Amino acid sequence: MVSRRKFYDYVLPTFAIIGVFLVWEIVVLLFKLPRYILPAPTAVWASLIKWHSAIWFHALQTLYTTLVGFGVAVAFGLLLGWLIGYSAIVYKSLYPLLIAFNSIPKVAIVPVLVIWFGIGTVPAVLTAFLISFFPIVVNVATGLATLEPELQDVLRSLGAGRFQSFRKVGLPRTMPYFFASMKVAVTLAFVGSVISETVASNRGVGYLMIAASSRFDVPLVFAGLVVIAALGVLLYVAFGVLEGRLTSWAYRR
Amino acid sequence: MGQRQNATADGSRGECVVEFRGVSLEYTYRGKSTHALNRVDLGVRRGEFVAIVGPSGCGKTTFLKLISGLLLPTGGAVVVGGKPVHGPLKVVGMAFQNPTLLPWRTTLGNVLLPLEIVEPHRTRYRHDRRPYVEAAQRLLTSVHLDGFADRHPWQLSGGMQQRTSLCRALVHDPEILLLDEPFGALDAFTREELWCVLQDLWSERRCTVILVTHDLREAIFLADTVYVMSKRPGRLVSRTEVGFARPRTLEGCFTPEFLELFRTIRKQIGDVRDETG
Repeated sequence: MVSRRKFYDYVLPTFAIIGVFLVWEIVVLLFKLPRYILPAPTAVWASLIKWHSAIWFHALQTLYTTLVGFGVAVAFGLLLGWLIGYSAIVYKSLYPLLIAFNSIPKVAIVPVLVIWFGIGTVPAVLTAFLISFFPIVVNVATGLATLEPELQDVLRSLGAGRFQSFRKVGLPRTMPYFFASMKVAVTLAFVGSVISETVASNRGVGYLMIAASSRFDVPLVFAGLVVIAALGVLLYVAFGVLEGRLTSWAYRR
Repeated sequence: MGQRQNATADGSRGECVVEFRGVSLEYTYRGKSTHALNRVDLGVRRGEFVAIVGPSGCGKTTFLKLISGLLLPTGGAVVVGGKPVHGPLKVVGMAFQNPTLLPWRTTLGNVLLPLEIVEPHRTRYRHDRRPYVEAAQRLLTSVHLDGFADRHPWQLSGGMQQRTSLCRALVHDPEILLLDEPFGALDAFTREELWCVLQDLWSERRCTVILVTHDLREAIFLADTVYVMSKRPGRLVSRTEVGFARPRTLEGCFTPEFLELFRTIRKQIGDVRDETG
């Protein structure tokens, strides 16, 4: 007998995933879709097994570029977010620029990055960074900007300086916002590095998929997609657990 | 005018911890200038329990913020401990209308907060937390919060949160305790219970307390001296000494003397409210 909580947290999502694969398999069988249009999950699985060592190599590369880019985004996003949330002047002067920058499709930047840094790891890391720092900045800034003035008064009435006030109130207050944005940002970072790999790389899952599709090996393309999705879920869950541990107060657990 | 001078005359004798010398405060918000306080004079003796009552919006909170240095006067001078106030003070403890606890800290963590900021405790606290933690635990016990030290604010009732807030205001042994309608948001029974808690805490420590409230019974029950404040621009229009023996009991609120005093001051507040301003 599983508890109700476990049922909702694990059993239901597992069934949903299995359900999607089942429907997919049935649709392919029913309409007799050729595998170069839509391969059945069983075919994708077979391809995963067949190419597992190559997939493992490329997946590690993608995971590496994603995490490095994401790490830089976290550091940069936190700093900029605090700065923007803290100072109205910085907020007013930088916000339009940030939004303008975020509106640029990152895929359009990759060729420029290739000109600067060559193909491979560096553009992938940078794209992952560029695509994922924005939500972190916005969330951290919001957390700081919505800080209750009453809480600041408590600190001020004790004679705390600006930095002390930030450390005791501002920083912990932004943590729930920060972790919420991390979950979004880490999946975005994947999008960034895979985009870069598809355009300009000879490594990574993105490259693997482009190579496979040029050979009409559609099951392998889908295997790449599944791997990326799985990695995304994995990291999302990891940060979710971290969030639960570190900011349980915000969820009143 | 006569009444205002009257309010000063008695207060200025003896050793004053807090002194207002013709303090005015004007502030501008969206181009409109508001006169919050108009030439207020006041003297508070060391160890005195002062209550300031008045209609809402008369600038009572402003009053406390001036003492703590969160606000600076635009006219006159606020003198605390013989020195004019130029910025936030370290010798005061403040409790606000809302408990304003930090939600990510436990009850104990919230109470310990001032020790991480106010010197000389800060240095000593870093060196050795134990005596401070023990003192904070004792403080929590004295307000009947033992056993709740490791709870988070949302797990406490409103009254418990406010008691935590009182402990936080007292943990660094401030010379002056400033209370800004600390029980305003509580139900009547909890409020009366906390009056007694506060009275006990004060009798133990004998720090100077300045309580701002719109509850006249609260003011008379707790204070040595009750001031009535007028509507904006705020002035102190009367000063009443409350001579009842301590410790005061809740039953004491129903004695004829208490009710008589209540009626007298109530009328003064009524007069203030009727003034069209």
